[in-house]
Amino acid sequence: MQTFDLEAQGLRALNSALHAQSADTNQTHWEIVNPKGSHAIAVGLDAPIEVDIKGSTGYYCGGMNKQATLHVHGSVGPGTAENMMSGMIVVEGDASQYAGATGHGGTLVIKGNASSRCGISMKGIDIIVHGNIGHMSAFMAQSGNLVVCGDAGDALGDSLYEARLFVRGSVKSLGADCIEKEMRPEHIAILEELLERGQCDAKASEFKRYGSARKLYNFNIDNAY
Amino acid sequence: MCGIVGLFLKDTSLEPQLGNMLTDMLITMTDRGPDSAGIAIYGAETEGNAKLTVQSDTPETDFAKLDNDLRKRVKGKVSMTIKDTHAVVSLQADQVALAREVLAEIRPSVRVMSHGSTLEIYKEVGLPKDVADRFDIRGMAGTHGIGHTRMATESAVTTMGAHPFNTGIDQCLVHNGSLSNHNSLRRKLRRLGVHIETENDTEVGAAYLTWKMQTGSTLGEALASSLDDLDGFFTFVVGTKDGFGVVRDPIACKPAVMAETDQYVAFGSEYRALVNLPGIETAKVWEPEPATVYFWSHNAAPTAQEKAA
Repeated sequence: MQTFDLEAQGLRALNSALHAQSADTNQTHWEIVNPKGSHAIAVGLDAPIEVDIKGSTGYYCGGMNKQATLHVHGSVGPGTAENMMSGMIVVEGDASQYAGATGHGGTLVIKGNASSRCGISMKGIDIIVHGNIGHMSAFMAQSGNLVVCGDAGDALGDSLYEARLFVRGSVKSLGADCIEKEMRPEHIAILEELLERGQCDAKASEFKRYGSARKLYNFNIDNAY
Repeated sequence: MCGIVGLFLKDTSLEPQLGNMLTDMLITMTDRGPDSAGIAIYGAETEGNAKLTVQSDTPETDFAKLDNDLRKRVKGKVSMTIKDTHAVVSLQADQVALAREVLAEIRPSVRVMSHGSTLEIYKEVGLPKDVADRFDIRGMAGTHGIGHTRMATESAVTTMGAHPFNTGIDQCLVHNGSLSNHNSLRRKLRRLGVHIETENDTEVGAAYLTWKMQTGSTLGEALASSLDDLDGFFTFVVGTKDGFGVVRDPIACKPAVMAETDQYVAFGSEYRALVNLPGIETAKVWEPEPATVYFWSHNAAPTAQEKAA
């Protein structure tokens, strides 16, 4: 295992070292110590490596991730896993605003709570939150799944496209064009797999599904060019 | 962008360290605001006395014999401590109004940064570390304090555009964000007779709070009504004689992180600002909720904390 002291060696050296890893690297496990809330830790990775971050991070941790598995042993700042393409990011603590924003793929697991705008404009990422999420989450979410084991804040799923939202607890309010939908067996099956991947012990039957009513302007074919 | 830090001590044994701890937090927020910096420190009180922290761009001439000149016009003892471009004038609390009139007359280029029994505000243009060094903030003791690093968006980089802003006796305000209705609100407040010195948006926010409190609101009520009357983005941290308060606009896109242990309550725009505080690894760390007013006070039970869990 490679251990990297971020405080001593600096962010540029860290990300350069991680970017240098290829698909057949022998250095498959990295440990980052002293993250101390620094920004842009382990962004833009593109190799099947494991990275353990021993502490809390700042903005954009794991952004644009491909293939890599990140494990943050602390809480994360704004924009964590932003635009993730594939791989997995597990956060032991809480996540600040817009976690998983615009993510195209991969899995983001937040074991604590996520703040506002979680999964905003998500485009295929799966986000599993063990706790609660804040207001305006999944705003304009296009595809992928957002699973919330706790409660959701105001305006959930505003202007939603085709993303699926599963919430176990209460929803403070739904955003424009977001409605509760029937949980059919295929949704239960999808959710069970997500809960297992997200290391949740919740039962799929306890969740409600929310999605787009497809009533907004852009869903009306007469408005197409 | 701007950076805010705040530290409220529960453990009195940390009080001699307050300036040092706050300075470290402030310098960490340099990336968020390299244009100007300021700090408000709540220090020792002398019964019956008030402190005016004043600033001058030409301190050699303005502060020369200023204490003597004031003594000739106001009752009681007047003492003065000069720190770079700022000076703290201590005098009888009941002589403050007179002293401010006299000051405007005999030293028209001197600006009042703060008025209070324990509050002192220091702010200048420049990097946070340089500003903190100029005023030797590290050496200051106190019960609580707030600091600000500014990246200017709405108005010029000047000393008077730096934060914190004094909103009343022993009260101050710092702001991260931008107010969009500050021009109309400034016109309205000026018509009502409120003095607003600059074109800065936060000064309007500060003047708004001052005006609300002068017309009967408590600070908590003034902050709550600011959620309706101020348009724009804001995370405000307010300092009071007893503690500090935090409020974020309903959209809450300006960051805020709080940490609490048995020894302190701390605020930072980012977690980075808090990482060197004692016991941070085991502290309760959370983000304040949008559109919720929080207060921590030495004299009363904390408010809104149940919402924070």
